[in-house]
Parts: sequence; C-alpha cells; structure tokens
Amino acid sequence: MSYPAATIMFLALLGFVIVLGFIAGRWKAGDMNSIEEWGLGGRRFGTWVSWFLLGGDLYTAYTFIAIPALMFGAGAIGFFAVPYTVVIYPILYLVFPRLWRVARKHGYITGPEFLRGRYGNRWLALAVGVTGIVATMPYIALQLIGMQTVIGALGLPGHLPLVIAFAVLGAFTFTSGLRAPAMISIVKDLLIYLTVIVAVIVIPAQLGGFAAMFGKIPPVKLLLAVPEAGSGGAYSGYATLALGSAMALFLYPHSMTGILSASSPRVIRRNAALLPAYSVMLGLLALMGFMALAAGVKTMPEFKAGFAHYGPSFAVPALILHSFPGWFAGVAFGAIAIGALVPAAIMAIAAANIFTRDICAQFIAAAVPGREALIAKCFAIFMVVGAVAFILVIPNTYAVQLQLLGGMWIIQTFPAIAFSVYTRFFNGWALLVGWAVGIGCATWLVALNHFAGAVYPFHMLGYTLPSYIALATVLLNAAVAAGLSVVLNAVAPDVAGDETAAGDYA
Amino acid sequence: MIKLLLLPVLAMALCVPFFNRVSPVLFGFPLFYWYQIVAVPAGALLIFIVYLVEERGRGDEA
Repeated sequence: MSYPAATIMFLALLGFVIVLGFIAGRWKAGDMNSIEEWGLGGRRFGTWVSWFLLGGDLYTAYTFIAIPALMFGAGAIGFFAVPYTVVIYPILYLVFPRLWRVARKHGYITGPEFLRGRYGNRWLALAVGVTGIVATMPYIALQLIGMQTVIGALGLPGHLPLVIAFAVLGAFTFTSGLRAPAMISIVKDLLIYLTVIVAVIVIPAQLGGFAAMFGKIPPVKLLLAVPEAGSGGAYSGYATLALGSAMALFLYPHSMTGILSASSPRVIRRNAALLPAYSVMLGLLALMGFMALAAGVKTMPEFKAGFAHYGPSFAVPALILHSFPGWFAGVAFGAIAIGALVPAAIMAIAAANIFTRDICAQFIAAAVPGREALIAKCFAIFMVVGAVAFILVIPNTYAVQLQLLGGMWIIQTFPAIAFSVYTRFFNGWALLVGWAVGIGCATWLVALNHFAGAVYPFHMLGYTLPSYIALATVLLNAAVAAGLSVVLNAVAPDVAGDETAAGDYA
Repeated sequence: MIKLLLLPVLAMALCVPFFNRVSPVLFGFPLFYWYQIVAVPAGALLIFIVYLVEERGRGDEA
C-alpha cells in the first residue's frame, strides 16, 4: 500500500523542521565555540521553552509507539506509563532545583561533573558518565525504530529515508547545538497534542463511544490480574515499574541536559507542575492501543504485512491510517517522526557533554577551552552515526533488550546523584561500590529473565513480591553504599575532596 | 514542611489495589483508566500548591 497524501504531508513537515533546526543556531545567539552555549543553550531557557523542550525530550517517539503497543498486546499493564509520569514530578521538584544551583555555581554541565566536584572522585564520575552514555545509545536507536515504523507504514522504501533524516539531524545538531531540538520541540509538541486530541474525539466516535470501545476489550486485558494469596502479583509489578521507571528517568543524560538548560530553579519547579499536561496526553495516547484493538486493525488485510513485520508496534500506525484521511495521517506520522528527532538530538548532545567533560578532559587530554566544543560536536555525530549503524546492522529486538538493561543500569546512579544534593554522608568510593553491586545484580537478574522481562519474582519469608528489577537492585545499591560509607568515613574520610558548600544548593 | 504534600502524589499514583477495578464507570471509562488520568492533574495541583507556598516564603531571587 502507498499513501500519497499522507506521504507528502509527512515529508513537508519533516522538511520544515529540518530548516528550523539550522535556523535555530541564531536564536538568542551565543558563541557556539563554548560548550555551555552549544551543549546547554547557555542556560537560558525560560518556563515555556523548557516546557516544550522537556516535553519533547521525555515523551519520545518510541513512547508514542511502544506504550500503545503494550496496551494493544498485553493490556492494562501498559498503562503503568501514567502513574510513572505522575511520580516523576515530585522527584523533579525535590532534587533538580538543588542540582541546578550547584551546577550553575560551579559551571557543571553534566551530572558526573557534579559528582566529581562533590566527592573529588573522578572514578565515580567516570562510572556514572559511562553508564549514561551506554544507556543512551540504545535509547537513540529506539527513536530510530519509532521513526522506521511510521516510514514503513507509509510504504516508503528501505532504510534510505531514515539515513537521510538522521544525517540531517547530525548536521543541525553540529551547527546549532541544544537550540535546534529546543526550537523543533515546539512544533513537535503542538503536532502531538493536535493528533491526540483529534484521535480521542474522532476514533471513539467511529467505534460507538468510549463505553463501546472498552466493551470490546477482553476482560484479561482490561484490568490487572488479581494476585493470588501470598503474592504481590501484578499489583506490585505495576507499582514498582512505575516507581522505578520514575526514579530512573531524570538520571538519563538527556533529561539532565534538558533540566540544566533552564534559566533558573524556579523554571524547573514551575515545570514540575506544568509538565504533567504531557502525562494526560500520554494516558490518552496509551488508550489508542485499545482503540486499535477495538477497531480490529490486526485482521484487516491491508495491515497484514505491517503487523507481520513490526508486531504490536504497528497498532498505532495502522489505527491512524485506518481512521484518518490521508493528509491528517501525514500530520500524525510527522508528529511521531519529529518526536524521534528531538530526543535523539538531545541524547546525542548530552552524551557528548559527558564524553567531553568527564572522559576526554579527565582521562585523555587536558581541556583546551577552544577545543572543548569541537570535541563535543564530533562526539555527538559519533553517537548519531553509531545509533544508525546499530539499527542497520543489529536486529531491532537487541535494541529493545539493551534499552531494558539501560534502564536498570541508569537507575544505579540514583543514590549518587539524588542523595548527594541533600547530604554529604556518603563516601565517594562507597557510592562507587554500591553502583557496581547494583549494576551486577540487575544484569544478572535480567539474564535470569532471558533479557525479556523487567519484573522478577522475589521470594521473602514465604511471600512472593514481583518487583521491577531496577527498583529492587537500586535499594540494594543504596544499602551497600550507606553501610560502606559508615565504615569508610571512620577510617578514610573523603570529605576534604568536596569543592561545594552547603550554600551552593539552596 | 509544605513539601510533605508531595507524598500524597506518590500514594495516589501507586495504590494499585485501590484502583484496579471497573466500577464506578465515568463517561464510559472504567475506574482503572479514569482514576489514573485524573490523578495526573490532581498531582500537578498539589505540586503547584507546594510551589506557591514556597515561592511566597522565598522573596525575589530567581
């Protein structure tokens, strides 16, 4: 099948944001040879730009495809995305205005840099930085998969459109830095809101209303299974997935970059109350998985090839093609594709900031102010090229599995980052050991699940508590770090290495 | 102290046994779905209240 009206609309929108990406460098122009300007937008974004940027950064194309796909395939469990994106905001409010202050005061542009300043320990910073870069790579690859799905749904040939889109992405990221995704995210977010609002008005009406739609969902998918006696069952699985995912989210380098680019802590605190608008949108979007189920797109002959190729990920594209006129399907697909470019650009920039400040300058060659931005720009290109190569060479299922592991790994930096803005009780080396224990246990447990499941049934005192592996292992990590800190603080305190003062945080 | 208002946000979102049911149905949505969607603006409102109270005590700094 080919969809000419949808394809033209799609390509026009993509072309428009690409031009925007190149123009963005001149917006509130700064010196692009400074890494704070290129990689952090000069810490200049106010409440609304930050709202769009973080919205575009955190609610990605992959989310838009994967969450409804999970609802479509597995049912109610997929709705964990909603409590997950409720719980992130108290965490944002409590931790990140403090991190912003200390980062601004000392010129830190990454999380690991803060840890190096706080503990005088470049190995801890290296561990956290490498975790961030490694977790980011499959995340970028997943954005490409999201884009690939809509390109495939339009019937466009092969990998070429994807490679072109990401080549251009690399180019405007190089020239415009963080300003490019900031500007593009405004277009992306408006298109996504438009798509979701139209979808929840038009599609349920076609299906006979929300009651009729929910009526067509099989009971096993409509609610979580009630746990049997002696087990937390699906309940603890659901709650720990939401909580653990929320604790991990802001530790990703791209989230941190988005937050640190705000112009003040007040901008961050305001956004903790304003960003939930995206979570409402995500909840409605998740329901598109049920709409696809109720509409019965899976058995329609025109979508047979698509489902065979992409699996449940094809549910939303198929629903969009089935329910909307061609031109509007083009708008919706454009929104998803642009929704891939925005976070992918920020991820590449964030990883580049870490590479430059926490790996290159510390372990390879001392920083030369003029060269710093150039190193970062080149590493950003490397991240984009690497992600494209990843998708072209390695089966997509590996990217999904690596992303699953990435979440388990990145959460292990929670004790170091989140606790350290409040207390200097911990010892840098203890945090490093806790991190290593957490990474090791999480990887081992995921391997026991054959790299397919995020939830592991823990048995304690005759009770079974299925829990998101990331959450269980980060608790262990924090316990190890705390216990070891008590010992190390007594025999070999590292408090002297702290270059920050209490007043830098509040 | 006002930050304690952030705790109900977590509790509200994570009390799964409480909201894993169909009735009462609202506008055709089973409780499981409408409750969790309503929890989003409710949580945002609590965060906003914390923001306003803290802002008042903070004075003029950015």
